[in-house]
Amino acid sequence: MGLTRGWRPALVGAGAATVALAAIVAALGPALTVIPIEVLRLVVGALLLVFGLQWLRKAILRASGWRAIRDETAVFARERAEAASAPRVERAGLDWYAFTISFKGVLLEGLEVAFIVLTFGSTQGSIPLAALGAGVAVVLVVLTGIVVREPLSRVPENTLAFAVGVMLTTFGIFWGAEGAGVDWPGGDGSLPGVLAFVLLISLGFVTALRRRKVALA
Amino acid sequence: MKRFARFWWDFVVGDDWRVAAGIVVAFGLTALLAATSIPAWWVLPLAVAVVLWLSLQRVAR
Repeated sequence: MGLTRGWRPALVGAGAATVALAAIVAALGPALTVIPIEVLRLVVGALLLVFGLQWLRKAILRASGWRAIRDETAVFARERAEAASAPRVERAGLDWYAFTISFKGVLLEGLEVAFIVLTFGSTQGSIPLAALGAGVAVVLVVLTGIVVREPLSRVPENTLAFAVGVMLTTFGIFWGAEGAGVDWPGGDGSLPGVLAFVLLISLGFVTALRRRKVALA
Repeated sequence: MKRFARFWWDFVVGDDWRVAAGIVVAFGLTALLAATSIPAWWVLPLAVAVVLWLSLQRVAR
């Protein structure tokens, strides 16, 4: 939006969404801490697991050639053209299209991140530490955006999606099982083992599906 | 209302409802086993491997 329609409405939209997000987190965050930890781990684990498997499934299909890799440069060009051709309507002294798109984008993506940060923080008993990690990530992304000044189309998106899928699935298995009453052998020490298991089966599935694709070609 | 329900279905369940259904069954089995003296930690990892592979198989054939 900033590049296409101007930085002012885009930044005002992003800022307004950040304020709205902060209000939502301030209202809902403390509520999470009063839910019993087993219930929280079960619900959070189940959600992380279904989200993680969605990410992992798509990333495996793309990595093995059964689904096309997203062309981020083409997506950026298409969306930039759409944004440039949208009619200009002024409200409150702002380009309303740029404001609303920026607001919605930051709010929706931010809610997903806030959900992950709050649930990770509350299940491990340290929301401030999770918030610190999220804050550091925000600073890194902003700095990268300033330095690169280009759409992040060179980022290996599928590799990132694969990594996110593996991590979400791992934590989903671990917390979900604990919430269902499981005692992991070795306690928290079994987490790297679960991670290794999820990573190995995922890479194995990529290899198997890639071979099948080649055999069918 | 229909759109709202559709959004949440897509957000939580995604492309293949069988994956979510398999995970729900696996959680039930895990909870049942955890209430006995039989170790239950292996159920979810095994279920993840099976439902993921079956879901991938449906696309890659």
